[in-house]
Amino acid sequence: MAVKDLFRQELKVVNIGLRAFAEDLEKQDKRVVHVDWKPAAGGDERLQSILERMRKKT
Amino acid sequence: MKTIQEANDDVLERLRLAEPRLVDVKTVSEIVPDADAHTLYHAGPPITWESMSGPMKGAVYAALMYEEIASSPDEAEKIAAAGGIRFQPCHEVGIVGPMTGITSWSMPLYVVNNQKYGNFAYSTINEGMGNVIRFGAYEAETVDRLKWIEKSYAPVLKEVIHREEGIDLVSFIGKALQMGDELHMRNIASTVMFRDFLYARLVELDLPLTILREIAAFLSGKNDQLFLNLVMAANKAAADAADGIFPSSIVTAIARNGYEVGIRISGLPGRWFTTLAPPVDALFFPGFSQEDACPDIGDSAILEVLGMGAFAMGVAPGLVPFLGMHGAENALATTEAMYEICHGEHDRYRSAFNGERGLPLGIDIMKVVELQRSPKINTAVASKEAGVGMIGAGVSEVPLQPFVDALVALDEAIQN
Repeated sequence: MAVKDLFRQELKVVNIGLRAFAEDLEKQDKRVVHVDWKPAAGGDERLQSILERMRKKT
Repeated sequence: MKTIQEANDDVLERLRLAEPRLVDVKTVSEIVPDADAHTLYHAGPPITWESMSGPMKGAVYAALMYEEIASSPDEAEKIAAAGGIRFQPCHEVGIVGPMTGITSWSMPLYVVNNQKYGNFAYSTINEGMGNVIRFGAYEAETVDRLKWIEKSYAPVLKEVIHREEGIDLVSFIGKALQMGDELHMRNIASTVMFRDFLYARLVELDLPLTILREIAAFLSGKNDQLFLNLVMAANKAAADAADGIFPSSIVTAIARNGYEVGIRISGLPGRWFTTLAPPVDALFFPGFSQEDACPDIGDSAILEVLGMGAFAMGVAPGLVPFLGMHGAENALATTEAMYEICHGEHDRYRSAFNGERGLPLGIDIMKVVELQRSPKINTAVASKEAGVGMIGAGVSEVPLQPFVDALVALDEAIQN
C-alpha cells in the first residue's frame, strides 16, 4: 500500500502510555484503543536494573 | 538457596493454609517474657514519645492510669516524657492493635493459635465506639471500661473458650466475607455471628443476671467492630507463620503509628522499612476536615496484608459510601488493581461478586515497585487531638518509599 493511501483511510489508533493523547482523539470522534502502560519502576534506571537482576533469581 | 519465586510460593502457601483458632484469653504479663508494667506496646513501627501523635499520647495516659502507674493525665505525661516508659511495637511481640494499639501489662488479649504452623498471635478486646483507648481517649470512663473488660468480661470469655476447646475463626471469616464484610471497616456480619455464638454459650454459664446484662450491653452496644481484633490476630498468626523465608519479596506487615508507616517483608524478618504516614483520603464526619486528622494509624493494615480490607473491597458494596467512594464498580476496581501487586490469590476466601475468584493475596514488593502501585488500606481516621475520637473513614495509600527501600535491601542481601 502506498503511503498516501494511509491518509485516505479511517484512523485506527493504539495509544500507549499517556491517556490524554487518546482522549484528544476521542473528542474528535476517532477510534482509539488505549493501553495503560508506564515504564517499569517509573523509569528509574537503578530500580529497573535491580528488578532485572532479581528476576534472574526467580 | 531458594529462588525468589520458590520463596514467594512458600510464603503464599503459608498465608493460604493458616488455621487461626481462638484458644484462650491471657494478659500481656502472661505472654510476653520480658514485659513489665512500665512497658507499653503500640501500633506501627518503632516510635519515640516525642514523635507520638495526639491520640497515641492520650492512649498512653489512659494505659498508665489503668495500670495505676499514674493518677492523672498530667502525671502520666511527666512519666512518659522523663523516659519512664519503654515503648515497643506490638508487631514485634506477636500482638496487633487497632488505631493507637496501646497495649499494657494487665490487658487481657485474645490468644489465637495458627493450628497449621503452631505459632500464636494476640490482640486486645475491642472496647466498642466512643471514648475508647484505641482513639486516644483517657477519661475516667475509658479506664473504668478497661478495668471492667479485665475483671468482668475476660474471665467469662476465657471460660467459654475453654469449654469450647477453642473457637475456629476460619469459618467466621469465610462466612463474613460472603455477607458483605471486608473485615477491616465493616465487621457487622462477623460480629453478629460471633455474638450469636457467644450468647448461646453465655446463658449456659449460670452467670448472675447483672453480669449477663453488663456483657450483653457491652457486646450489643456500640460494638459493630467487635470482631475486628479477632480477625487482626488471626491474620497476624498467618503472617508470622509466613515470615522469615529468604529471599521472599512478599510483605508480612504494614503498620502505622500516626507518625510513620512501616512495612516488613518475609525475606528480611525483623526489619522495618518506614516513611512518614500519609493522610487518609477520607469522608469526614460533620464538623471535621483533613486539618483535624491524625496521619494514618494502626496495625489493622494486617487485614490488607492477608487480602482483606481494601483488597476485598469488591465483597463489601455496602461500605462504599461510608469510605467516600463512589459506586460499587469502584469497589471492584480497587480489588482488581490489588491483584496486580499480589503474588497470588486466596484459595479459601473468595468473592461472590467476582465469579468466586479468590481474594488477592501476598503483596509482592517487586510488583509494587515495578508498577509504581501501592497497596490501599481501608481505615478509620482519628482526630489529631487526644480524646476526640474517630472523625471519619476512608482509604489510605502506603507511600512507595518503604517498598523501594525494602527492594534495595533485599537485593543487597541476595548479593551477599
